[in-house]
Amino acid sequence: MTSSASALVDVQGLVKHFPGERAFFGLGRPRAVVRAVDDVSFAITPGQTLGLVGESGCGKSTVGRTILRLIEPDAGRVLIDGLNLLTLGSRELRALRRRMQIVFQDPYGSLNPRLTVRQTLAEPLAIHHLATGADAGRRIAALLEEVGLDPGFATSYAHELSGGQRQRVGIARALSVEPQFLVLDEPVSALDVSVQAQVLNLLADLQQRRRLTYLFIAHDLAVVKHIADQVAVMYLGKIVEWAPAARLYAAPRHPYTTSLLSAVPVPDPMAQRRRIVLTGDVPSPAHPPAGCPFHPRCPHPKKDARCRTEPPALREVAPGQLAACHYAEEPL
Amino acid sequence: MTVWNWLAVGGAAVLALVAVAEIRRRAGTGTSARRFFRHPTAAPALFVLAFFVTVALAAPLVTPYRPYVQIDIARLANHAPSAQFPLGTDPFGRDVWSRLVYGARISLGIGALAMLVAVTTGVVVGGVAGYFRRWVDATLMRLVDVGLAMPRVFMLLMVVALWEHVPLTVLVLLIGLTGWFGTSRLVRAEVLSVREREFVAAARALGAEPARVIFRHVLPNAAAPIIVSAALGIGNVMLLEAGLSFLGLGVPSPAPSWGNMIADGWPKMAVAWWASTFPGLAISLVVMALNAVGDALRDALDPRKETA
Repeated sequence: MTSSASALVDVQGLVKHFPGERAFFGLGRPRAVVRAVDDVSFAITPGQTLGLVGESGCGKSTVGRTILRLIEPDAGRVLIDGLNLLTLGSRELRALRRRMQIVFQDPYGSLNPRLTVRQTLAEPLAIHHLATGADAGRRIAALLEEVGLDPGFATSYAHELSGGQRQRVGIARALSVEPQFLVLDEPVSALDVSVQAQVLNLLADLQQRRRLTYLFIAHDLAVVKHIADQVAVMYLGKIVEWAPAARLYAAPRHPYTTSLLSAVPVPDPMAQRRRIVLTGDVPSPAHPPAGCPFHPRCPHPKKDARCRTEPPALREVAPGQLAACHYAEEPL
Repeated sequence: MTVWNWLAVGGAAVLALVAVAEIRRRAGTGTSARRFFRHPTAAPALFVLAFFVTVALAAPLVTPYRPYVQIDIARLANHAPSAQFPLGTDPFGRDVWSRLVYGARISLGIGALAMLVAVTTGVVVGGVAGYFRRWVDATLMRLVDVGLAMPRVFMLLMVVALWEHVPLTVLVLLIGLTGWFGTSRLVRAEVLSVREREFVAAARALGAEPARVIFRHVLPNAAAPIIVSAALGIGNVMLLEAGLSFLGLGVPSPAPSWGNMIADGWPKMAVAWWASTFPGLAISLVVMALNAVGDALRDALDPRKETA
């Protein structure tokens, strides 16, 4: 992957296993562990966007939340500008939280229904002692304008806003502490298609203007295509392919990426396309298959006993492109 | 009972009516307000409560006698209701109406304060248990299990027995501190669900400390069941206080609480039914009103019906 030295965000060997519930009042044997994130590493250079793509349940949101320590990871290191986030005390962590923020998927659940937009945006300013009183009012108005909302919305409650407007408020809240790094956890998945484009454009503008670094989480390669510089594809808690965006879309090496790409709609009815429809469901992350985690659903013609027994390592298969497939040299 | 007293009672009734109308107007046409007043008993219940509160506050204006005054124990004990004594006199020759009104101060006051103690404790314990989970939750909830398994009345009787005359503050604290277990369960369940919502994660990501997250983001969104349980709980507390006082172990005599008044009157029930019956009616009326308001609040605030 990219060299760690120049990275703003450097994630190394991140692991998060959720223990299964113990049966019978916590006295029984613990059930199988869910390996939500299983040894994930990546780095993002300042000002760049990493797209993190995968089906629901593959652990991509857990990655985003663990990086912000909203969920405590079990192992690994998360370096923000060289500082290891996971060993920080609560004071230093709070200071560092100014530099990294998150935008959530659900614009309905991510705003406190009891607060007005102004109260929602004033809170981070108060927590980090950035502004109070009239000064805070000016900053809130400026933030609302920056995300394309009329400052008059300051007195509205979340339920008085549309989905797109709420998502803009969520973005304004994340920007209020002037972060360098944003985790965008499926920021447009819950929006109408027309609104999706507006919000994506807004995010792209903000990135340019504020020189932001993004981790853009999505379940859909099409959404990531226009905004990501690098794309990582996750399957069952592991990164299975990593490449510069242009390269990944042009020449995917992992059969899972290929099948995801074949599902992206093409706005040309005459286009000749080969659809790869995956059969079966995603295996439970509590019982991942032996060998390559993708092998039960893999459409690759050369699939063999090796795939069923030996987990493929994530290795460089082309300059800047990594894939975890034994047959990455012979892509689908 | 003088003309002025009657006028003051009428004034209190008018004031209570105005208060209910004002609440109705202020609440406006919001969906929760509509759901609240759709209950046919909600407005009358509010009126009953407003009336008793007004009268209790204005006690010296609406009553002809002080509650302790034995007017003329030889000739005016067990006097039937009349123009002078609208609710009669008790076996000690005291005006029942005057004692009823001053008793409202004590009975309503104990109910409200004890419930405040109970709800505050329950909210803090339930909020902390639900937010921090793990061993904090396990420890606190086992404590609550113990509390719920203890027979409350006997526990109160035993503790009260330590005093000859229980100070009112102690009584309030005792009733309050034995009454929060159910509330804390309720709050914990609500907090468990609210804490998973994304605005809570957003607040944490912004660097908000646990206290800010709990009191600003989690609890306000868990308020509905707390308010309902408090409204329903006051009635329970009042009944408990009345029971204790009736047994002579609650509010020390001769202070007029409604439970005391029933106790004072019941030996003469056969000849002077009014001395016990009116305070009994007052208790029933107020508890019924509280339950009606609690039910209406439950429907009005039910988050599953909330549009936002």
